[in-house]
Amino acid sequence: MSKPAERWIGASVPRLEDLPLVTGRGRFAGDVDFPHQLHMRIVRSSLAHGRLISVDTAAARAMDGVVAVWTAADIADLPPIEFREGPIEKLAPYRQLVLAAERVRYVGDPVAAVFAEDPYIAEDAAECVVVEIEELEPVLDAAATPVEYRPGLDTESTICRQGYGDVDAIFADAATVVEIDVSIGRHSGVPLETRGAIGRYDAARDVLELHGAAKVPHRNRESLARMLGRSTAGVHLYEGHVGGGFGIRGEIYPEDVLVLVAAMRLGRPVKWLEDRREHMIAANQSRQQRHRIRAAVDGEGRVLAIDDDFFHDQGAYLRTHGSRVVDTTCGILPGPYRLPHYRVNGHVRMTNKTPCATYRSPGRFESNFARERLMDAVAERLGLSRVEVRRRNLIAPREMPFERPLVALGDDVVYDSGRYEALLDKALAHIGWDALERDVVSRRAAGEYFGLGLAIYVEKSGLGPTDGARVNIHTSGEIEVITGGASVGQGFETVIAQVCAEVLGSDYRQVRVIHGRTDRIEYGIGAHATRATVMTANAAAVAANKVRAKALDMAAQLLQADAADLDIADGRVVRKGEGEGASIGLGELAHHLRPTSPTRGDRDPGLTAEGWFNTSHMTYPYGVQIAVAAIDKDTGAVRIEKLLIAYDIGRAINPMLVEGQLVGGFAQGLGGSLLEEFRYDERGQPLSVTFADYLLPTAHDVPNVDVMLTEDAPSGVNPLGIKGAGEGGIAAAGAVIASAIDDALGSAGTITRLPITPQYLKATIDAARAAVRV
Amino acid sequence: MSDIKSMDAAEKVEIALDINGRVHRVRVEPRKTLVDVIRDDCGQTGTHIGCEHGVCGACTVLLDGEPVRSCLMFAVQVQGRKIRTVEGLQRGDDLHPMQQAFMDHHALQCGFCTPGFLMLAVGVLEKRPDISDEEMLEVLSSNLCRCTGYQNIIKAVRAAANAMRTAG
Repeated sequence: MSKPAERWIGASVPRLEDLPLVTGRGRFAGDVDFPHQLHMRIVRSSLAHGRLISVDTAAARAMDGVVAVWTAADIADLPPIEFREGPIEKLAPYRQLVLAAERVRYVGDPVAAVFAEDPYIAEDAAECVVVEIEELEPVLDAAATPVEYRPGLDTESTICRQGYGDVDAIFADAATVVEIDVSIGRHSGVPLETRGAIGRYDAARDVLELHGAAKVPHRNRESLARMLGRSTAGVHLYEGHVGGGFGIRGEIYPEDVLVLVAAMRLGRPVKWLEDRREHMIAANQSRQQRHRIRAAVDGEGRVLAIDDDFFHDQGAYLRTHGSRVVDTTCGILPGPYRLPHYRVNGHVRMTNKTPCATYRSPGRFESNFARERLMDAVAERLGLSRVEVRRRNLIAPREMPFERPLVALGDDVVYDSGRYEALLDKALAHIGWDALERDVVSRRAAGEYFGLGLAIYVEKSGLGPTDGARVNIHTSGEIEVITGGASVGQGFETVIAQVCAEVLGSDYRQVRVIHGRTDRIEYGIGAHATRATVMTANAAAVAANKVRAKALDMAAQLLQADAADLDIADGRVVRKGEGEGASIGLGELAHHLRPTSPTRGDRDPGLTAEGWFNTSHMTYPYGVQIAVAAIDKDTGAVRIEKLLIAYDIGRAINPMLVEGQLVGGFAQGLGGSLLEEFRYDERGQPLSVTFADYLLPTAHDVPNVDVMLTEDAPSGVNPLGIKGAGEGGIAAAGAVIASAIDDALGSAGTITRLPITPQYLKATIDAARAAVRV
Repeated sequence: MSDIKSMDAAEKVEIALDINGRVHRVRVEPRKTLVDVIRDDCGQTGTHIGCEHGVCGACTVLLDGEPVRSCLMFAVQVQGRKIRTVEGLQRGDDLHPMQQAFMDHHALQCGFCTPGFLMLAVGVLEKRPDISDEEMLEVLSSNLCRCTGYQNIIKAVRAAANAMRTAG
């Protein structure tokens, strides 16, 4: 028996995606092959900064099985890689060329591309390409004084400035000023599947195809078409299975452009698969920021103003996002607090490291860490509890919707709904905060390093402005939903199917969801910035409602009833309230709506409709995270004994998947807080290039995460009332873990940087002990 | 294209690989890794490559019943031995209890690491059906997952261990 029609939204049903993935029948980029394909291998700079003197390809070209070797001179007609949002004149000189010419700017910068019959041969040949570079002094500290990037331009590519109120006056009169200097380390998404791209030119149709696409196929189609001077009609992107996206996969990288250009010019399909070392030096990194941030506070602990000057280590080039991570950091930093006055300067600084861009919760992981460190420091200075100082600053429900004169992702910041203090109270009660505080006292008295951490944050999701979907019911009864969304492993198909099934009174397993195909639908918003569910599910609901109306209209004629008296249950149109009686299946109705059907009348053919959803603003979910941490004082190792994520999702379509997103996101955030860091030596050589020196959390490292989902504040800006979940687990992970470890050390304000590695903690503890002995 | 130089096939050797009970006769270079041959020459692409240096475990297959990292072996080393991959878990239309448990407990998101985890857990449980939870956690810590945070993988493996014991 299927469930009652109205119950699919909110049900933790199993995923539609799983069967091929557990049986080895997935189709990831590495699984895509075309006859007669070539294999590409990239030759990369081995130095962080230098003048490119020469690239000698003769030996490589002479090898058996090598078809071509390209340097910058071979593709001099290609422009640098575009910003997705279109031209930004001021930032244009900082873009990356597809192959470096004249200058190399990071270890890993592509300088040549080898095309061969076999990937082993391509790799052998790449090693025979001789690259001569005159080494230049690398820039490695984003907070240092800017130097020349290229003639006439320095390494400060831009400063993002936002704010409101009179910050200087408030600081001049403030009862208390609290200032901290905190840093977030360089880490990234590091999906288990490395990147891959397969270019194919179908001369018969004059269509250039990119396989292995992800995240934003439709937007990338537009960028690639512009870069290659082709019409979008002759460019198509195809998303298969995606082995983890996390923001870094699916951006346009040099390799994507190369496989397309090579497919056209060499006349054969070209396949490129990244190896792990390449991934660690070539794929987008993220996060690295240093905030000098201060708060002006009144006598009661109300934060009247925040003034933040921060330095963003962008790496060697501005990639597809331009300065978006910094813009978002500026726009979202105030979080859940009222904050009457605010000023922020985000310095986008170029260095000689791998370029940075978005990684799951970009700008929020960083700003939540900085702001919540500051709130803990304010509490310490005023002698207030960390809970109380936050409580006094939270925005109240009566202030919603709450407009802040800030911009994030190009959207004016308007918090649509939220009951922040209510969620805080629920979270404290759920985990038993008061009892834990007593535990802290007793375990510390027994000599343990043991503490509690707290973080409150506002997430953002559902950036519009618009997305569409088409629903088409086949004569078999199968419901096809064609979306421009993207699936990066989050359960997109299942969620969209649940929404359509609910609207159409069908079983969600009857719904086939198409995504990531530019040849099936003209526009698509993809899967980024936690928007897929909000935007595409609402669009699918609009389309499904139109199909529902058409189905009822057709059925009314056939059943000789009034459409208003009909309903759909189990995929069949029935008279409302009648258990038995005449009914007609959706597939039969589709049959009656065929172009040649005599019963169709003057209706347009097909049981199909297109729907669009438009939104004025983003929707803002919010959360409270609480961590309980114990430190082994001899090794510096941290054990998270308890971890609570309390999160208001507005309305959960599939709570099991929401929990999966929150827990999985937190695990990644734990990595960035305790283990993961892309380190560089003093010459800019990357030191974290394998999984032996860039440590991902294992099953041993991740605590049991307790998730408390609430639906107290449905979104006011979309009909389904939903908010996003994709980034809510990771967003405050650094903030809460730092707060707990700081508390465990018993000296507030000690933790000023992420990741908090065992080495760093042990040195901190040893230094404190030595100081006590003196 | 006429100007493409032919590869030197003389270096290749003919080997027979027994994968899931089916023998694949292929000609490969001796330096070719087992995982590349399983995928490229035998067409069994369910086994994935995540790091090529033996850390992530995405390429885990069973070799005579033992979980091994197929990225760290050459195909020419395993002639005459029995290889099992994710494609061999199913019996007709019936999923292996481990596959079913992963679906039931939402133990996968992107699914890229999943075949490696399935083979690791099945390999260990076939030899040691009564392995303790602590030891199993130790075993599962040898593979990496970037999506799930592991909780649901641990739950799924426990559930499958019970189902496998019951099925006997």
